[in-house]
Amino acid sequence: MSHQVLNCGYVPLVDCAPLIIAKELGFADEEGLDLNLVRQPSWSALRDMLALGHLDAAQMLSPMPVAMSLGMGGLTAQIDCLMILSVNGTVFGASNALAAELGPLRFGDARAILTALGARGPVRIGVPFPYSMHRLLLSYWTATQPDLNAEIVTVPPTRMADAVSQGHVDAFWVGEPWGSAIVQRGVGKILMAGRDVWAFAPEKVLAARHEWVAQNPQATRKLMRAIYHAAKWLDADSNRPLAIEILGRSEHLNLAHEVIDPAVTGYLTPAPGARPLQINNFLIFHAYAAQFPWRSQAAWIAAQLGARDADIKTAMQCFRSDLYRDNLGPLGAELPGASERIEGEMHEATEVAGSRGPMILARDAFFDGTTFDFTQESDQ
Amino acid sequence: MTRDLRILVVEADPEKAQHIIDALIEAGWQVVHAITQVSGLERSIKEHDPDIVLIDMENPDRDTLEHISAVSDTKSRTVAMFVDQTDHDLTQAAMAAGVSAYVVDGLQMNRIKPVLETAIARFQVMRKMRSELDAAKQALEDRKTIDRAKGILMRQRGMSEDAAYKLLRKTAMDQGRRVIDVAHALVTAADLLT
Repeated sequence: MSHQVLNCGYVPLVDCAPLIIAKELGFADEEGLDLNLVRQPSWSALRDMLALGHLDAAQMLSPMPVAMSLGMGGLTAQIDCLMILSVNGTVFGASNALAAELGPLRFGDARAILTALGARGPVRIGVPFPYSMHRLLLSYWTATQPDLNAEIVTVPPTRMADAVSQGHVDAFWVGEPWGSAIVQRGVGKILMAGRDVWAFAPEKVLAARHEWVAQNPQATRKLMRAIYHAAKWLDADSNRPLAIEILGRSEHLNLAHEVIDPAVTGYLTPAPGARPLQINNFLIFHAYAAQFPWRSQAAWIAAQLGARDADIKTAMQCFRSDLYRDNLGPLGAELPGASERIEGEMHEATEVAGSRGPMILARDAFFDGTTFDFTQESDQ
Repeated sequence: MTRDLRILVVEADPEKAQHIIDALIEAGWQVVHAITQVSGLERSIKEHDPDIVLIDMENPDRDTLEHISAVSDTKSRTVAMFVDQTDHDLTQAAMAAGVSAYVVDGLQMNRIKPVLETAIARFQVMRKMRSELDAAKQALEDRKTIDRAKGILMRQRGMSEDAAYKLLRKTAMDQGRRVIDVAHALVTAADLLT
């Protein structure tokens, strides 16, 4: 039987790993899918290609399906998030000049870094895209420091090291490998990881047009199953060296082993010549039900984008926890009892009741301890 | 038709930028500027105050342009997003040609369309030139590799050039591969062994 060709867009970053593994290790093939990975030059290009039907599915920054479904940022389209591709995995850092001004700071101390930044004059901070978790976390974090005059600009991650070295930006919030690339070039330092602001932030998602999903239930299910297996494989510690090897060789990523290593192993070198630090939960693909698209995550994103209550409800519907349950439940995927929760409530990994017995959810606290209760917003 | 729009082209390759500018000027628009460096994009937009910004779809700097348009308010007259489905065919044509456009809010579609059509036509020509050039370069590279493989066989096995090529071709046919792939494998193996 011939395989169904599925065109899936992606941007070559370490966290597109589940897509590459699904293809290279044959998880897509086992599902009867010919997964055609189509590299995209920018997030805007990827968005247009998906919205206008040139791609069937795509890796997206988690705020993109919400923004598009709510008509923010130019191109309106009903886009579904089928599942989460990765949680966390970004870093915040400063140019050498700014890092020197800020003085010694403990790695990952989000409050101390913020205070130090507030005491300094205006700062320009680079992010990869306006509708990115990077930008939302940055805005959330800096909003708590009224003294801080932060200007947020978009710099494509491949150009971030140049922007830092040329003084175009003073600080940066990027996904790996581009943070480690800045350290390796000796032009800046990593001060904290994204998880130091929100311990469990949905970073990239698997997205498709709502209409396409409705018309292609079989292909949707096959794709979700392939990605589920790939992420599960990726999260096994014993597979990580091989994962780095495969990602490093893959024509789809075209990155050196050295720059893939930190994100996959969680050992990050914060400054040139410094000892690598082990960052817990630096990048999660599968553990702690990371792939489950919580409707409350969509609500948090929508609220951060300034959506009104009615729009927050719309946003929650684009995170398809219903499809996740239907398509991946039969594989034995862990399924939480409800599809929304109080975001930021877990201050440590906690055992909760799932629909098939107890399951463990990771710490998901915000740096300032705020919790967000969207459990009343949903009708389901 | 009035062709008094201010157009800004964002293109890293100066030669390519000039091609697009020439095409637009020939078609009657006069205020056309190009920038190659996106680090000063915001300043350039303030300075040139464009009605339309054109950018190659392949250009990663598009995301920067996107951000500037997302945060701008209409009063400051910076660009808003164009790619919408009001003219589906035009949008698809622009995408196929590889050009994206950002247009100031409220600009009439009948004024945008000729600019886009001119840009699309020029992008198509450039894309065709590029793929022809790539194909020619590739053919030249392949020829060199096959010549090297033939040379290796002639030296190592004392064959004539004709016999060497026939052997390459037969091996390719037997293995269901292309001649160039077999030649490549032979050249790589020979490099490893010397």
